[in-house]
Amino acid sequence: MSKPQNAQGDVRSKSLVDYLNDENVRAVLYQIVAIGLIILAGWYLVSNTLYNLAQQNISTGYGFLDLEASFEISETMIDYSAKSNYATALVVGLLNTVKVSVLGIVLCTIIGTIFGVARLSSNWIVRKLATVYVETFRNIPVLLQLFFWYALIPGAFPHPRDALEPLPGVLFTSRGMYMPVPVADTAYTLMGIAAIIALVAIFFIKRWAKKRQDATGQPFPMFLTGLGIFVGLVLLAYLAGGAPTEMSMPELKGFNIRGGYNISPEFLAVLIGLTVYTSTYVAEVVRSGIQAVPSGQWEAADSLGIKRSVALRKVILPQSMRVAIPPLTNQYLNLTKNSSLAVAVGYPDLVSVSNTTMNQTGQAIEAISIFMSIYLGLSLLTSLFMNWFNKKMALVER
Amino acid sequence: MKIKTILAAGAMTVAAVAAQNAQAGAVLDGIKAKGFVQCGVNTGLPGFSAANAEGKWEGIDVDVCRAIAAAVLGDANSVQYTPLTAAQRFTALQSGEIDILSRNTTATTTRDAKLGLTFVGINYYDGQGFLIPKALGVKSATELDGATVCVEPGTTTELNLADYFRAKGMSFEPVVIENINEATAAFFSGRCDVYTTDASGLASIRTTMAENPDDYMILPEIISKEPLGPVVAQGDEQWSDVARWALTAMVEAEELGVTMENVDDMKANSTNPGIQRLLGVSPGMGEALGLDEEWAYRIIKNVGNYGESYEKNVTAKLGLERGLNALWTDGGLQYAWPVR
Repeated sequence: MSKPQNAQGDVRSKSLVDYLNDENVRAVLYQIVAIGLIILAGWYLVSNTLYNLAQQNISTGYGFLDLEASFEISETMIDYSAKSNYATALVVGLLNTVKVSVLGIVLCTIIGTIFGVARLSSNWIVRKLATVYVETFRNIPVLLQLFFWYALIPGAFPHPRDALEPLPGVLFTSRGMYMPVPVADTAYTLMGIAAIIALVAIFFIKRWAKKRQDATGQPFPMFLTGLGIFVGLVLLAYLAGGAPTEMSMPELKGFNIRGGYNISPEFLAVLIGLTVYTSTYVAEVVRSGIQAVPSGQWEAADSLGIKRSVALRKVILPQSMRVAIPPLTNQYLNLTKNSSLAVAVGYPDLVSVSNTTMNQTGQAIEAISIFMSIYLGLSLLTSLFMNWFNKKMALVER
Repeated sequence: MKIKTILAAGAMTVAAVAAQNAQAGAVLDGIKAKGFVQCGVNTGLPGFSAANAEGKWEGIDVDVCRAIAAAVLGDANSVQYTPLTAAQRFTALQSGEIDILSRNTTATTTRDAKLGLTFVGINYYDGQGFLIPKALGVKSATELDGATVCVEPGTTTELNLADYFRAKGMSFEPVVIENINEATAAFFSGRCDVYTTDASGLASIRTTMAENPDDYMILPEIISKEPLGPVVAQGDEQWSDVARWALTAMVEAEELGVTMENVDDMKANSTNPGIQRLLGVSPGMGEALGLDEEWAYRIIKNVGNYGESYEKNVTAKLGLERGLNALWTDGGLQYAWPVR
């Protein structure tokens, strides 16, 4: 009776040792231990912080988001007043960050591509000018550039009372740029819908045209057709909406210019600063992308009688994209993150609004946790999009 | 074995960190051990706290820190300054980066009760006003509808501004810049019609930063109460007592007529029991605070009384009269709790 027991015990202990010596089991075990340690460290930090905050009588939690913000924000894309709550204020900040980042990404791509191509130009002056541009703006810290633009813009233009008016209704002042905008009307909603319909139509026509070209080799004047459809449909919607002509014109009333659309000096400083700085990096990315395309591609295009400008657009740039997209993603992420420097020149971005919130409520940890997760979210979204784009542009083996 | 050691060390760290904040007297002991007071001040507001041409900090707020250093360490120069913007100041105090915040900070309910802070007294009674170029021709704050206003973020000023315009049914556009130098530069470049902060701050900006101070005026309306004073973190009562009574001693000394110049004479010869108590001739006060008996003597000897500090910093630099900050005996609000 005792023998089998012993035997069984032996078997069990042996198997446990075996188990521990198993490479796979060990690998899993180490991972569990590692995760456990991370959780333990996290728990320690959180509980310790909470304990210390309680000791110092500092209230915690996200309840403050519902309280009235009581401060004004100069630029808002949604309805906001001092009566709104902190959550709304943070959304205003987030939208301002997104606005300047998206515009900055679009502009820096365009400018960067131009300068990147110009650096490889066969024209000596163009090449050298592009080099000077890139080397200058790439090597000055972006914060200093923001200060520079912010000092320049309000300083260079006159007080609203003697605003510069290069075009009727377009004003340049120390308070920024003003331009007339149409007064809201249902016709503009119709036009928006028409534009979307036009874009969908163009998408399908383009697909059809590509199929036909693949099958028959006949090219289709896509650009002109697309433009025609788009302009035609939008114009039709405008006329159908009753062709409103009322404009909101910027005018001097009291202290300031009222009416029209205002582009503030803060926004301009941030946009120009970020765009110029990032465009130099984009230029380098584009240049390296083009140089990565074997010169045989140029020669092949040449020998087929393709014009150099067409060869650049249709042969070289599409191939260089494959090299350029991953580093380009980095630059877009940098631009988004650098937009947090906007706080230095008073642009009410997410950080600026969060800082004010943090200071008025005293909820430093909560406010920082909010804007950190938002920046993380924005960056992840940008990378997701760029990864998708990269996959789409990648070499497809046939 | 190893893991046990690590866990034990971890537990001890938790206990130590926890104890650090709970234990009264920790800040004072810390200051004595490191040999200086870490004092949070303004990044640059002449008269209150600003570095002079030699890089030495001076101002009425700086003098509070110097007084505390003189009382605790015996040397008014044993202070290290941390220049802070309005938005950074409370976090710096809560995190223990500074021992005391003496940076023209308004005492409010939220700050006192919710942020874990203790205001130890009021060293300047102020109110919010508006600075405006004379060229605009505005005579009253009620004419400011539609104006662009430069303001520092994270201040009571920013909230009062919104309240005031809301109450009057007027609109305004804020330009919010954290760094005071950038903010004033924006104002002087014409980005804003109006700059708003506490009236003393406006006087400081007008006299020291404007190219031609006569081109600017401060509007007559004072739209808020701004009791400005030094702040410490809650939880160390002994430290807040030391800070409170260092400030009080300066006012008490002025009430009693003790000055930097006559303090030695007073200490040796005065028969006034109040002066004898203050200067430690009759002992007890220092011991009560956990300091030695000459604490207040050193404050007055090294820093001066409240009136002297005010005269040297605010009147001389900004041309501001005592006003609300006169002693209560002269019709002002400065009233020292009795040192006894």
